[in-house]
Amino acid sequence: MTNDQERKLLDARNLTRRFAQKGRRETVAAVDDVSFSLPGERAIILAVAGESGSGKSTLASMLLGFLPPSEGTIAFSGMDVSHLTRTQRAQYRHMVQGIFQDPFDAFNPFYPVEHALHLAIEKFSLAKNRQEAASLIDKNLRAVRLKPEATLGRYPHQLSGGQLQRVMIARALMIHPRLIIADEPVSMIDASLRAIVLEIMASLRDEHGISQVYITHDLSSALQISDQILVLYRGTVVESGNAAAVIETPKHPYTQLLISSIPVPDPDEKWGAELEETQPAALEPTQTEFCKFIDRCPHRMPMCAQRRPAAIPVGPDQLAACFLYEKS
Amino acid sequence: MSAAQLHAATAVAPQAGDVLSIENLRVSYGSRFNAVPAVRNATFSVARDEVFGLVGESGSGKSTLSMAILRLLPAQAHCEADRMRLGDTDLMAAGPAALRQLRWTRLSYIPQGSMGVLNPVMRVREQFLDTIADHTQGAQRREIEGRIETVLAGVNLRPAVLDQFPHELSGGMKQRVCIALAILLEPELIIADEPTSALDVVSQRQVLETLSSARRRIGASMIMIGHDMALQAQLADRIGIMFAGRFVEIGPTRAIFEAPRHPYTQRLIGAIPSIRRRQDIGELARRGLEHADGATASAHPDLPLREVSAGHFAAIEL
Repeated sequence: MTNDQERKLLDARNLTRRFAQKGRRETVAAVDDVSFSLPGERAIILAVAGESGSGKSTLASMLLGFLPPSEGTIAFSGMDVSHLTRTQRAQYRHMVQGIFQDPFDAFNPFYPVEHALHLAIEKFSLAKNRQEAASLIDKNLRAVRLKPEATLGRYPHQLSGGQLQRVMIARALMIHPRLIIADEPVSMIDASLRAIVLEIMASLRDEHGISQVYITHDLSSALQISDQILVLYRGTVVESGNAAAVIETPKHPYTQLLISSIPVPDPDEKWGAELEETQPAALEPTQTEFCKFIDRCPHRMPMCAQRRPAAIPVGPDQLAACFLYEKS
Repeated sequence: MSAAQLHAATAVAPQAGDVLSIENLRVSYGSRFNAVPAVRNATFSVARDEVFGLVGESGSGKSTLSMAILRLLPAQAHCEADRMRLGDTDLMAAGPAALRQLRWTRLSYIPQGSMGVLNPVMRVREQFLDTIADHTQGAQRREIEGRIETVLAGVNLRPAVLDQFPHELSGGMKQRVCIALAILLEPELIIADEPTSALDVVSQRQVLETLSSARRRIGASMIMIGHDMALQAQLADRIGIMFAGRFVEIGPTRAIFEAPRHPYTQRLIGAIPSIRRRQDIGELARRGLEHADGATASAHPDLPLREVSAGHFAAIEL
């Protein structure tokens, strides 16, 4: 471990995760050579954006320690996450919390919602007695803008998705982790209520100093709360850097396609001409390294089929993995 | 009924030449003694060649309303209407045989996922032939069978798709097959129930653009159900917003976005995060919380729709 890695909260280097394919000898890389880091000195929100199949949930599983990487390393405060001792593992489970897509899945339907909070208090010895536990729950429910009197004693089916997700955030907050991995936390919540959950995520960063990896397909919400962003396409990072720079002035053809496809809520800004659907390009069978966006890219060039583009600076804090920006 | 209410009721009422006209549609679920209303006194119409956006969150009654128009409500639903006509056909009076004949030829449906329409053990070609055989005869049948490939090309599908099973197609391709089936017999009205909610944004745009141009080609009207206001801004000519089973606002798309009058519509439009600029997330959340507190039927008293500007109706006190 270098000093550099110890200074970082999270440092993922060349992460790859391969899966076997049914009836085939070749494996498929769901996450393919992804590197990024989160600073140790201040809390940030890193958005990991991509469509279904881009590998964002596989990445989340590796970061949470649910799935070992096939290649590459994840270092958390200098600890190698794939080779943790028993005490380190307990520490990691405390310091890194997950929030998932379906809040209804996270609760046992037979218990009132605070059961999940009591379990966490017990597991992480967060309170000395029942009174302390009750005040801890009260404080953290208020922190996520829930009224304890309207939440405690309710069963999961009696609360909305947005309310349950906020109980899950209260649970994570109570444990006081350094890092939260939030995998599509708002995608199942009614549109008008998403902003509340997003605002709470921003306050976890600003008021509680908790860094977050925000995994999402929704770039509008990523723009609202993220500091940094990784845009994934078929397991590779196509563009990364300052979230506002990447979303407001996308440089990679895939990011451009993604952002131009998002409907603008304004009847005066209608979609223009029909998007052309590019046909998959024929690849030389011997090539194993190529740009993964080649089959849909309107700017494809011969070299895109021959090697993989490296990340090239396209702005003060913006990298795009595309040959268009390579200086010859 | 006051003069103002009377005026509102007549202005929102159907005009001659409307493809679909509905007056006071009421649907409830459950028994006679314990009926839960799902749609309460819905009155609206869809004009020829018009796209009508039907917006509301889960449970607002928008899917029930569309099932009522298709006459495909489950048996425990109780449905009444003063008027529900497709062109000059009375949908409430039509018997099962007449309805079967009507569906696909005059009224078609595109579901959220294709599973409700595509049979998983039939090749795409057989699904087309089946639909055609059920609804056409003789020369017309041969003519339509002859242009299946043209219709497929119109939704950007290659003829090879005909020999595939639904599971061999991507989500976007399956939705395209559903669109092709929906326009095949050139119906007067297409009801599309969140047709792209299962797709990624890039396929969503491509599929919706295909749907729009296919619809324009056959000159059909469309009811486009969805909760995504941004999509409605792209596609709808008029928008109707449902809340707790009733329309709270109906108006031209531009009027709804520029001057929403009902508090629920105002919050719906206010809480959409922008893709163009970073907003004050606290302000967005505040609007959302107001909405959460106001998201009960009691927060919005049952007011009749009143005309607030030309063709723009809102259930508010004037």
